[in-house]
Amino acid sequence: MRHIISLLMENEAGALSRVAGLFSARGYNIESLTVSTTEDPTLSRMTIVTSGSDAVIEQIIKQLNKLIDVVKVLDLNDGKHIERELMLIKVKASNTHRDEMKRMSDIFRGRIIDVTDGSFTIELTGSGHKLDAFIESLDPSVILETVRTGASGIGRGDRILKL
Amino acid sequence: MNQTSTTENQNLTTSSDHSASKMTGADIVVHSLNEEKVKFVFGYPGGAVLHIYDALYKQTGFKHILVRHEQAAVHAADAYSRATGDVGVALVTSGPGATNAVTGIATAYMDSIPLVVISGQVPVPAIGMDAFQEVDMVGVTRPCVKHNFLIKDVEDIAITIKKAFHIAKTGRPGPVVVDIPKDITAHMAAFKYPKTIEMRSYNPILKGHSGQIKKAVKLLLKAKRPMIYTGGGLVLGDGAHELIKLAQALNYPVTNTLMGLGGYPATDKQFVGMLGMHGTYEANMSMQHCDVLLAVGARFDDRVIGNPKHFGQEKRTIIHIDVDPSSISKRVPVDVPIVGDVKAVLAEMNAALAEDNGTNDISDWWNQINEWRQVHGGRYENSSEIIKPQYVIEKLCDVTKGDAYITSDVGQHQMWAAQYYKFNKPRRWINSGGLGTMGVGLPYAMGCQFADPGAQVACVTGEGSIQMNIQELSTCAQYNLPIKVILLNNRYLGMVRQWQEFFYENRYSESYMDSLPDFVQLAESYGHVGMRIENPSDVEGALKEAFAQKDRFVFMDFLTDQKENVFPMVENGKGLSEVILGNDEGGE
Repeated sequence: MRHIISLLMENEAGALSRVAGLFSARGYNIESLTVSTTEDPTLSRMTIVTSGSDAVIEQIIKQLNKLIDVVKVLDLNDGKHIERELMLIKVKASNTHRDEMKRMSDIFRGRIIDVTDGSFTIELTGSGHKLDAFIESLDPSVILETVRTGASGIGRGDRILKL
Repeated sequence: MNQTSTTENQNLTTSSDHSASKMTGADIVVHSLNEEKVKFVFGYPGGAVLHIYDALYKQTGFKHILVRHEQAAVHAADAYSRATGDVGVALVTSGPGATNAVTGIATAYMDSIPLVVISGQVPVPAIGMDAFQEVDMVGVTRPCVKHNFLIKDVEDIAITIKKAFHIAKTGRPGPVVVDIPKDITAHMAAFKYPKTIEMRSYNPILKGHSGQIKKAVKLLLKAKRPMIYTGGGLVLGDGAHELIKLAQALNYPVTNTLMGLGGYPATDKQFVGMLGMHGTYEANMSMQHCDVLLAVGARFDDRVIGNPKHFGQEKRTIIHIDVDPSSISKRVPVDVPIVGDVKAVLAEMNAALAEDNGTNDISDWWNQINEWRQVHGGRYENSSEIIKPQYVIEKLCDVTKGDAYITSDVGQHQMWAAQYYKFNKPRRWINSGGLGTMGVGLPYAMGCQFADPGAQVACVTGEGSIQMNIQELSTCAQYNLPIKVILLNNRYLGMVRQWQEFFYENRYSESYMDSLPDFVQLAESYGHVGMRIENPSDVEGALKEAFAQKDRFVFMDFLTDQKENVFPMVENGKGLSEVILGNDEGGE
């Protein structure tokens, strides 16, 4: 089953490689991993999307907690949560296709953030499924480039991961 | 990501404040080790640690032991820790010095041994430049340390070493590497060593859950076929005393893992022997068929319970005490997990048991176990013609009264030492259980002898293993270590040969040992005593003669039966009750 795990860790050099190394050394799946500092510059917040049986997920959480730099770990799947991913997608937008591409972007609530003679770059935010759906709705030949951040997640309401 | 100063996130109180005068980073390293009351540092000098070696030359707080290879430095520090419970310390230079240390670090990691390994690094401006003797030590060791640090500021040395010792010895212990660039050891700073340290990201759970402990005691008292199974965690957690009290109050059978030997006295009637791949028939059968299992500081690994699916076929309730939550329900699901320090949890269990005042008659179960005890009983066929390796170990146990530190290398001799030496105390059986590192035996014996200079220390080894760190004969000469090497020389890599006999139709691919040195002359060339023993009738006399030489290193080369096998044996991937008892015998 797919799980989205959130964690806070010391903002130290090499902390990211400890997490990435743990997943590869123990053979755990990793679908995506995002990381950045928080409002407290000594802490980094990481979101990991992984999959596995309940036993595997239990081990992943325990092994993450065992890393000395990891301060807190939360399996967002244990409660209500929201996740978002950002995609930047560059598409062909020649004369005949420009209007249609603009309409598609609007339907998905995308924003065109760069325009040239022959292309648009569209910024799109949403669940991974929504980003997938946008890609699927395009003719593959018009897609020039895609960049996705992987999911970031947060608990709903009072569910807060903080020190 | 930003790098932040490591001093920001800790609450510090300082014990030693020499802030008036500044000193070099190298002096800070040495002063920090003195603050930790380190008695021995095992090491080998080189370019990147020259400042540190100059600083340690000027102090008397600890003694530096010069080994002949960095791997041996880490193994010796590791054994020193296993024997004493203190943190072992090793010091190596950058690049090849650091990579030579890696096998030692991985060995300690697999057996949860607290070590601080200080490695030199090229100067900070040279890092990443492919400098002479540069290796990314933090990267190389990341998968085999509890934690590691690269120090980039002289101001961080003291606090980092404080953290390293704290992390190494608390919770589930393990090795910590501190990598220090050469220029940092020349920079000047005031020396302030923190008295205590708190880390928001590291707070191991030590006190077991009281409700779980009470539940465990109730389950144990209701058991019809109870079993107590203890591992290296009981030894490392110094919980043997409490475990003995609990086991004897209940009169329940006890088995130890390879790493747990000595955790329960081997000569006690409740002890059913070691379990696992080469465990006793009675230990493995009791483990397989028990209805309530108390696991203490053990991790159900593949060499211990064999195939977890086969193990899971029998229904049983498992209570598991361990300081490391990730060891619980890793290979087998656990019913009553108790995370905490084994000594504290067992003490609380004893108190709960006394309060409950309950008893439980399990005489039927004991009758069954005693029947199993008759099936194999650890017998081997002795010979008057050729020396049987098991016989050497039995006599070694007699001659040393079962009270020596026994180190071993890895292979058949290791299993025979584990089976036939009767360990009645913890921290006397020193071997590489997890990583299975050939070559540990001699440096392990060195570490034990430094830990307990007056004690009898024997290294049980094979002619394959001993050659993997044979250069340490020189170190033993330099420091006059009166170690006794018990070489069971069968001219084969015996365990490899045994597997080839069983599973590869006797194709002994590269498992012979040819062109061996004359070990007697080799030992003598270092100034040691060498002995060769070829007849069974000479075994006991030779051992007595060797151990009578209390101040000499004696190398005993026993020529043993070439084709002897280790039994019982549970094949890799099989279940505990699917055991081979001997050359022509099958099990259940």
